[in-house]
Amino acid sequence: MGAALQLDPLSQVFSALADPVRRDIVGRLAGGDATVTELAQPYGISIQAISKHVKVLESTGLVTRSRDAQTRPVHLEAKVFDLMTAWIERYRRQAEQRYRRLDAVLADLPDDPPPTTHSTKETQP
Amino acid sequence: MNARNPREAQIVVDPDVPMVKIIREFDAPPEKVFRAHADPDLFMKWVGPDSLDASKIDRWDFRTGGEWRYVSTRDGDEFWFRGCFHEVRPNELIVQTFTFEGYPDGVALERLALEDLGNGRTRLVATSLVDSFEGRDAFIASGMETGVQEGYRRLDALLASV
Repeated sequence: MGAALQLDPLSQVFSALADPVRRDIVGRLAGGDATVTELAQPYGISIQAISKHVKVLESTGLVTRSRDAQTRPVHLEAKVFDLMTAWIERYRRQAEQRYRRLDAVLADLPDDPPPTTHSTKETQP
Repeated sequence: MNARNPREAQIVVDPDVPMVKIIREFDAPPEKVFRAHADPDLFMKWVGPDSLDASKIDRWDFRTGGEWRYVSTRDGDEFWFRGCFHEVRPNELIVQTFTFEGYPDGVALERLALEDLGNGRTRLVATSLVDSFEGRDAFIASGMETGVQEGYRRLDALLASV
């Protein structure tokens, strides 16, 4: 990634999740902590490759690794994950607000469509 | 898990393709919902968002193969949006492109399907497809229409509260 491109933290999270393997890893960690070896099992790829994916997720703060145990299980940070969920909810609420305005427009609309409904319109600036 | 009013807009963020789907039902027949999308004066009444001072139509040729362009203003800053009406089928379907001119390489393919539920009700299924997950997620994160600055201010507030 180019140094000139400064991604904000949320974009980093989204960007990390653009990869299907990483999305799957996060989905599995939502069910509980797992070691890199355990995470590698369902994929036909090496532990080293999974380790790289985990490092990308770690760099965003989405996951952390315990320092205690030798196996260093990977842990999903729910707060960061919730932040993403909050953004999706914000987007949904924007749509809901827009469609409540549409509700009001529809309530005021007469039953008979005006004859010009499908005509081309050029407005003056 | 989801106990909100079923009438409210539902959102589906697709895990496999860079697409967002919004589903919403209206107490109006498909003819009216379609008209509120087709007529530029009606469309400007609800497209919003509230935070923008005003939106003004520049071009609006609502037919298959036509094009549209409008500008939204906030604090003197102009945000231009444009696209093509790719397919227009009265009371059923609108397929269009959507581009924020501040980022002209990005384009969303939007599909608005109207389903007649009977008894004067309509279900709108609006899907928005872009060409990368990064693009889709940036779309969600910034809201695009709401303007990038507002998006970042809200992000700052959210991050401060985490």
